Amino acid sequence: MRRLFDDELAELDADFTEMGMLVSEVIQQAVDSFTNRDAVAAQQIIDQDHQINEREIALEKKTFEMIALYQPVTTDLREIVTILKAVSELERAGDHARNIAHATIKFGSKQKIPVLEQLLGQMGLLTTQMVKDVLTAYVNKDEDEARELAAVDRKLDQLNHQVRADSYEQMRLDPAFETGASIYLNVAQDLSRIGDYVTNVCEWIVYLKSGQIIELNSASQDGEG
Amino acid sequence: MSEEILTTQDLHLYYGEKEALKGINLNFDAKGITALIGPSGCGKSTYLRTLNRMNDLIPNVTITGTIKFKGENLYAPNADTVEIRKEIGMVFQQPNPFPFSIYDNVIYGLRIAGEKDKEKLDAVVEKSLRQAAVWDEVKDHLHESALALSGGQQQRVCIARVLAVSPEIILLDEPTSALDPVSSSQIEATLLNLRHDYTIIIVTHNLQQASRIADRTAFFMNGELVEVDQTKNIFMNPAKKQTEDYISGRFG
Repeated sequence: MRRLFDDELAELDADFTEMGMLVSEVIQQAVDSFTNRDAVAAQQIIDQDHQINEREIALEKKTFEMIALYQPVTTDLREIVTILKAVSELERAGDHARNIAHATIKFGSKQKIPVLEQLLGQMGLLTTQMVKDVLTAYVNKDEDEARELAAVDRKLDQLNHQVRADSYEQMRLDPAFETGASIYLNVAQDLSRIGDYVTNVCEWIVYLKSGQIIELNSASQDGEG
Repeated sequence: MSEEILTTQDLHLYYGEKEALKGINLNFDAKGITALIGPSGCGKSTYLRTLNRMNDLIPNVTITGTIKFKGENLYAPNADTVEIRKEIGMVFQQPNPFPFSIYDNVIYGLRIAGEKDKEKLDAVVEKSLRQAAVWDEVKDHLHESALALSGGQQQRVCIARVLAVSPEIILLDEPTSALDPVSSSQIEATLLNLRHDYTIIIVTHNLQQASRIADRTAFFMNGELVEVDQTKNIFMNPAKKQTEDYISGRFG
């Protein structure tokens, strides 16, 4: 028998997915803005960040209401909890996209460092694909896909370490690169953090399906996160 | 804004010397579900019964104050209680089908009113049973006794019997407290469908039922209306401490 709760849950689920798509787009735009050093696009991302925050608040409010009014149990409870937790992860991922937009503006027309450009390009591709994949995993409630995505996070962490090593090396070779190199460092860190948040969403998808609260990648958590 | 279909002003009710309702002011917009909640003896059922003059049947009851249905005073000397109970129907805690067939139960009100057109009666029976979400279960047994049905089915037939006379308001006094959980959810689903077309006022001891289905919830205690608001406000952030204590199970 269909309950009012089911309709509201379906709506909540759709709103969450929509917010996920928005965050995914913003991350893609942030990566593109940095790659192309497009300050105008970067400023747009910064100006529109409040949209993500507003959606987070609206979704949180709705989940609180549904808990108070329907006292959900079993799968119903897990679906609500998953959205309540994952929505914060998405919002934080969005904050890092905004940081990347700030970095784009700060970088301005400083000289690019090819080796770091290449590494960050790779990280950008991995991150944007990972965000898209986690949404698919959420929509399909695909626990296996969620577990597999954690491997991408480990790859991102490795690349982040590589960027760090190379940035310090560039600063050592030529102190004039210092500001530029530190921006590469920050952007790599932001992308790596987005990977961590997406991994957290993966953990909530696993919880949704299995009821198990697990830690994917516990050994590889980035020490500087 | 939808119009107010039913208003109560400074309503007092006395059983002999005992004041059971102490000045209730509560209005209802057309359509939607309002739940009346509160501990036993708080006056919520007494209040519900004043809304279609069911307390008239109890000796020694005195009522003061005003209840208006669409602007007309329900307790005016010339008010017609039969007409009132047609417009404002009631469903009780115990399913109370008459010892006739399902069909005759549903058309009871229309028969009393003199309706004889078979086609019209057939149409009303089907429409009412469909609205009460019990048609599919009983359509092949319309001429069998309603007493042979399960409690949940009987209760839905009783709802159909109320619907058959085209009321505007449906009062329900703990309609699921005698039913098992599955039958209860069927009644809840039925009410959720009906709320778009009828003004539904339901007394319930089941707080979760109120939170699940009611648009608005009114909390009664000791013969007084403590608080009425949107259900989500009552259950998430009530204005009065008494409401919060009751909702959280600290008493009652």
